[in-house]
Amino acid sequence: MKKLSVSHLLGIKYLQPEDLHLIFETATHFKEVINRPIKKVPSLRDITIANLFFENSTRTKLSFELAEKRLSADVINFSASQSSVSKGETLVDTVNNILAMKVDMIVMRHPNPGAAHFLSKQVNSCIINAGDGTHEHPSQALLDAYSLQEKLGDLKGRRIAIVGDILHSRVALSNIYALKMLGAEVKLCAPKSLFPKHIESLGVTVSSDLMNVLNWCDAVNMLRVQKERMELSYFPSTREYSQNFGLNGVRLKQLRKEIVVLHPGPINRGVEITSEVADSEQAIILDQVENGVAIRMAIIYLLGSQLNRVIT
Amino acid sequence: MASKILLSKQHVSIILSRLCHQLMERHGDFSNTVLVGLQPRGTLLMVRLLDLLKEEGIDSIASGKLDTTFFRDDFRRSEKPLHAKATEMNVLLEGKEVVLIDDVLFTGRSIRSALSAIDSYGRPKSIELLVLVDRRFSRHLPIQPDYLGAQVDALQGDKVKVVWSEAQAESIVYLEKHNE
Repeated sequence: MKKLSVSHLLGIKYLQPEDLHLIFETATHFKEVINRPIKKVPSLRDITIANLFFENSTRTKLSFELAEKRLSADVINFSASQSSVSKGETLVDTVNNILAMKVDMIVMRHPNPGAAHFLSKQVNSCIINAGDGTHEHPSQALLDAYSLQEKLGDLKGRRIAIVGDILHSRVALSNIYALKMLGAEVKLCAPKSLFPKHIESLGVTVSSDLMNVLNWCDAVNMLRVQKERMELSYFPSTREYSQNFGLNGVRLKQLRKEIVVLHPGPINRGVEITSEVADSEQAIILDQVENGVAIRMAIIYLLGSQLNRVIT
Repeated sequence: MASKILLSKQHVSIILSRLCHQLMERHGDFSNTVLVGLQPRGTLLMVRLLDLLKEEGIDSIASGKLDTTFFRDDFRRSEKPLHAKATEMNVLLEGKEVVLIDDVLFTGRSIRSALSAIDSYGRPKSIELLVLVDRRFSRHLPIQPDYLGAQVDALQGDKVKVVWSEAQAESIVYLEKHNE
């Protein structure tokens, strides 16, 4: 029988293609579960999960919490702003204190890249990375790839574009790993100032010509400009960014074919994507949110089944 | 590994026909009845029964396929992760007379998980259990069938398997006993 090759979910980089397929297959069953009149199953009733959010989040936190509750796990929540972190406690101390309360699994978002990885080496618990700085956001990439697969079928040879703030985006990096693992071709599009150095070494191509990229791709993932991570100006003005890299109805109509539009949220309407596009039939933004719960249930279920077995 | 046929094709065919008539006797026109086959193998039996009922002139019986993996009580207790099969329940069970269908009744634990899983689709008026084979003296829970094909005695460690042949339309089921 199949099981995951890892005991933590730290990043897509550490997964195998079979892991992705197993997570997708399991998520399909959970998608059916969350569409039942009673959307809850008792699988994880003896497991406690702590959600540690050292950085703001709405969608991901709600989605993880809902996934945990749908699996009947006990859930405790923690946000850095209301905690002893502001009193000077270290990450390892904070987490060890939480684990002393007999918690089985940690879902963590942290502003520092590598925080989840570091924690997995320091503490004895199962860690799920819910975003670490500008590094990885594996659950988002999995739900993006799953939603794409639902729409396009097998992603092998499919052309996927990622447009926007590649430099600051953990979603972009995780998406690149996941899409390449599934055999898709990936092209990145952004102002030159928003490409990380040597990004081509991941096997992707880059361009700063949006129309060209849109004509090339089967689907486009539009990323938000992460102002909160920018210490300098990377482009002259939001208006200019929007004119060159924003997706609007006129651009979509000029294309030779219909493409699928994704957005990981939160949307800045009128900047990277107009309302016309975001609310159109081609956008699968709300499907992504629904699939997010199913994907996170699958991740938690599969990692949970590998936790120390109950002694009988 | 020795194997032995416990029920011949002809025997199984007679049993299926009897089960079908017992269902008709109890459920009449099936207007308030839902047949629920348990994945993976109970659904094959259900499909066969639906075909037979159709031959008797009763079609459009509400039915569904239920997978109970996420309701099982051995999560984190076995070496292998538990893998689900598809659930196809496009029917609400509120106030319905449900007949659970499985091929072999052994410890009764799958049926217990099915009783929990069914709650997700509403509160049925009643739930009955139909099985093709009952392995006697092997129950872990107080669960007994309402409709029974045949009782079988098998030693601990034996496997009782129902082998379905999809290709042929009639008398297609037989049982094997494996001595490990």
